[in-house]
Amino acid sequence: MQIYLPIAEVSVNIFLLFGLGGLVGILSGMFGVGGGFLITPLLFFMGIPPAVAVATGANQIVASSVSGVLAHLKRRTVDLRMGTVLLCGGLVGAALGIWIFNLLKQLGQVDLLVRLCYVVFLGIIGGLMFIESLNALRRSKKGAVPKRRHHGWVHGLPFKMRFRTSGLYISAIPPLLVGVSVGVLSAIMGVGGGFIMVPAMIYLLGMPTKVVVGTSLFQIIFVTAFTTMAHAITSQTVDVLLALVLLIGGVIGAQFGTAIGTRLKAEQLRIALASLVLLVCFKLALDLFLTPADLYELGTGGE
Amino acid sequence: MMRALLLLLLSLVALPLRAEEVVMGLSKDSVNITADFDGSEILIFGAVKREAPIRSDPPLQVIVTVAGPVTPATVWRKERRLGIWVNTDAVEIDAAPSFYAVATSAAWGDVISDVEDLRHRVSVARAIRSVGAPMSIEDSQSFTDALIRLRESKGLYQQRPNTVELRDSTLFDTAISMPANIVEGEYTTRVYLTRGGRVVSQHASVIQVGKVGLERWLYNLSRNQPPLYGLLSLVIAIAAGWGASAAFRALKSG
Repeated sequence: MQIYLPIAEVSVNIFLLFGLGGLVGILSGMFGVGGGFLITPLLFFMGIPPAVAVATGANQIVASSVSGVLAHLKRRTVDLRMGTVLLCGGLVGAALGIWIFNLLKQLGQVDLLVRLCYVVFLGIIGGLMFIESLNALRRSKKGAVPKRRHHGWVHGLPFKMRFRTSGLYISAIPPLLVGVSVGVLSAIMGVGGGFIMVPAMIYLLGMPTKVVVGTSLFQIIFVTAFTTMAHAITSQTVDVLLALVLLIGGVIGAQFGTAIGTRLKAEQLRIALASLVLLVCFKLALDLFLTPADLYELGTGGE
Repeated sequence: MMRALLLLLLSLVALPLRAEEVVMGLSKDSVNITADFDGSEILIFGAVKREAPIRSDPPLQVIVTVAGPVTPATVWRKERRLGIWVNTDAVEIDAAPSFYAVATSAAWGDVISDVEDLRHRVSVARAIRSVGAPMSIEDSQSFTDALIRLRESKGLYQQRPNTVELRDSTLFDTAISMPANIVEGEYTTRVYLTRGGRVVSQHASVIQVGKVGLERWLYNLSRNQPPLYGLLSLVIAIAAGWGASAAFRALKSG
């Protein structure tokens, strides 16, 4: 059965879309990531215009983050104060990202930028995760305890704030900067940025792991909500129908994913996720570097 | 001046052939884009009205065209920069139909002459109007060719010789299929009768293509009231997220 998407103005198979939502839902349930970084490139492969895929991806992440943060609020694993600081940075970053996005849309380079961002970030994150989990796997075989790293320079900056839930007393500058960079990425790539935020919170800010996911989800809701609104107003590329179908698939998939995830070992899970990320990255990179089948392309903004 | 003279001459020559006139009908005069829209097929049929007996030489031929709304289009050309393929040159094509199908009753060369094609803008290449490319681009024709090639591959431009069925030089019919990715607007359907490459009669009719129901409503909302549309999509997302977590909590506890 085909469904016609009113904003994307293409007709796609509803079951394929539903399956895609479900698949990403399973992955996000298994690995605890938003899945935005997978859903957007997969939508490209399906023939959805990149501008629509990005804007709609942001909308879809709002839904999955709301669902996730509610569970974390119950467990009191959300640092609201830290979340607010990250959020302030995030909103500034998102506004900046939207501005860049629209500027490039006019120049006809938005597809390139989005794809390039994906290749770079998926490559870095996938690569790091792969190496890190390989090391962890080796370490767990030897039975050694991983060392905790300390980042002294973060504590030397001014404007210190106390974050009770995280048990931290640090400057507000690093969280603000993390927020800004994730905001920019969220607007350009249509992702929540959890896959960058989570490592940044753990390694850069030194937050305890148990509050990281909830806090990240908390701020992602607002940043992606802002991004959705901004895309809806400035570029009019949010497709509600597309978001809705993906969302239903995603919500159901996430529950199955969580069940599968509890049965697998953490290191194996991370290697699997890293391979998947690298695979998507590789496919996108191939499109950039290989000579395209047709050197000519129709402009998307020429209305 | 020369052109006007030529036209006058042509119409004088064509005068005795005016005895034949075309009438046409459409299987539907509107196409509705609904949520499950997956392209549409339109049957175009008609007859030749005449008072004199049928002339057999040169044979009567029929051309049927369907043209979508005409808009400007931008064509980009990629070039390799630092190892990756980047859009570098662009040509703005002033007016190109978003959809264009040409069906004929014989091979293209047998149904219409180049002069008549130029005059009536029948073929795909003639239907596109490109006035001037930037000075920096020398081969602007390749951009127009690319537009035709790209839209052909999407089924938006169709050249279909020998697909109009003509019976006894009187009755004709053909089917034009529109893909799912067509845009909204007025689609002009034209029928040309030709003899010896010259157009002897033509008739035009309009098909309305538009989104209906939910599709129409959502599209209008997103264009006319973007803040409201953005809020709506957020409300849907938040409600779905909250609903899902509530539903699964209920399932687990129950």
